[in-house]
Amino acid sequence: MNLHAIKAIYIFEMARTWRTLFQSIAGPVISTSLYFIVFGAAIGGRFAAVEGVSYGAFLVPGLVMMSVLTESVSNASFGIYMPRYSGTIYEVLSAPISAFETVIGYVGAAATKSIVLGTLILLTARLFVDFSIAHPVWMVAFLVLTSVTFSLLGFILGVWADGWEKLQIVPMLIVTPLAFLGGSFYSVSMLPPFWQNVTLFNPVVYLVSGFRWSFYGAADVPVALSLAMTALMLVICLAVVWWIFRTGYKLKN
Amino acid sequence: MQPIIEIRGLEKTYASGFQALKGVDLDIPRGEILALLGPNGAGKTTLISIVCGIVRATAGSVTVDGHDIVRDWRAARSLIGLVPQELTTEAFESVWATVSFSRGLFGKPPNPAVIERILKDLSLWEKRDTKVMALSGGMKRRVLIAKALSHEPRILFLDEPTAGVDVELRRGMWEMIGRLRESGVTIILTTHYIEEAEEMADSIGVISGGRIVLVEKKAALMEKLGKRLLTLNLQNPLEAIPAELAGYPLTLSEDGRELVYRFDNQQERTGIAGLLRKLGDHGITYTNLRTEESSLEEIFVSLVKERA
Repeated sequence: MNLHAIKAIYIFEMARTWRTLFQSIAGPVISTSLYFIVFGAAIGGRFAAVEGVSYGAFLVPGLVMMSVLTESVSNASFGIYMPRYSGTIYEVLSAPISAFETVIGYVGAAATKSIVLGTLILLTARLFVDFSIAHPVWMVAFLVLTSVTFSLLGFILGVWADGWEKLQIVPMLIVTPLAFLGGSFYSVSMLPPFWQNVTLFNPVVYLVSGFRWSFYGAADVPVALSLAMTALMLVICLAVVWWIFRTGYKLKN
Repeated sequence: MQPIIEIRGLEKTYASGFQALKGVDLDIPRGEILALLGPNGAGKTTLISIVCGIVRATAGSVTVDGHDIVRDWRAARSLIGLVPQELTTEAFESVWATVSFSRGLFGKPPNPAVIERILKDLSLWEKRDTKVMALSGGMKRRVLIAKALSHEPRILFLDEPTAGVDVELRRGMWEMIGRLRESGVTIILTTHYIEEAEEMADSIGVISGGRIVLVEKKAALMEKLGKRLLTLNLQNPLEAIPAELAGYPLTLSEDGRELVYRFDNQQERTGIAGLLRKLGDHGITYTNLRTEESSLEEIFVSLVKERA
């Protein structure tokens, strides 16, 4: 195990985070605050309580999840696309470092950043609404699992993308819509029956539902199913990453 | 002594169908400087990239200090430092951070003293806190060398190290490469500048069309292939070469004032004494004479031409 290499990549990637602290942390925090002001404080007061919690509090887990998963994808994809674009990837490829170690370094840094971001959004939310966390350990578990899974997805995207456009297009056309329609703003039970069934094909629903359960003990889908779906996504992403390094896809000729 | 790198039957065909290497066998002697010469597209960079683990070989094997680059890749790669041809550098990192990163990547614990010595050797110490993108091209090249040296490799690959580097800096780089060699590092460099190979290399390998055409000690190569020329400046111009001298490979310059004699360095009897005697017999007098050796460049061009 080349621990020095993992550490080197991790520190190098985290340094990028500190350098771009404002855009990587302040941006999502500000936009989430805006959601709270608009949906929580302004409009939320007119809504009835959902699943026994006020609409403002109901929003918190969903909004955290939404930021965490979009930021995970964007951080991790940028982290690996950048050296591919500039050509500095040669160094990682020629180093005595395994695929597994490379992924720990890059994905670990991206996931760390997402976890920090999620925590900051939670703290910010506390300024706007009152909420409690029923199962803190599960809350952390869902946060970490989601950060890691979507950072892996971002890593895959960063390896696949051939240009800046492709790098943007997947988050814009797939991740963001799935996140919006993943039950961040509503409970699945509020949808007509047809759309309830359609929604069950959206993996984000399981994440948001499980995460919300860890706050309020109520969920759209059974929490075990949420956990299983998250784990399944993690396994799929790991398998793709394994395949990438096995075949050298877009990394080696 | 066992060669530090042994390459056997190495082939590479790219996905496009282009066959960059067509069965390369090469032994690289320990502690030497090997210059790999070849025209563009000869396969120099592909060869280096395979040894360093960036490109996968289609067939053949490579061992680095006895470690197979596929089975025992970790041990093999730890020994190698690579300076790529392109100026691929991080943009926003400081020189210090990017060089320290490389050391970690190759599995070495942090050692600020080593990094400091490398940066000082490469005249980058003053720039250690500067962002890489703010450096000139020559300095970026040196940052790449510093990165490659950061983990104290036993083997250093330099892919066109002095391309786009000014003459003064090139001299400095040659000196640095010489010092590295003295410390026992094996150096493989590819170059277009024959002068560079002639100046520094212990051995010369010529690669052309995906094959190694020749590998030889530089001195032996020059001896073996080097033709010498004897030029005589004549006191009185000649209209033609006298018939009595027809047996000698002579050429006469257009103005008839210079007589050039080609001879082979290898032969014991160069024929110079006999030629000069005959000239005296015919009353041809000369004011000056000089001999020259053909340069590596001429050797190289003739080799590559032969193959083409």
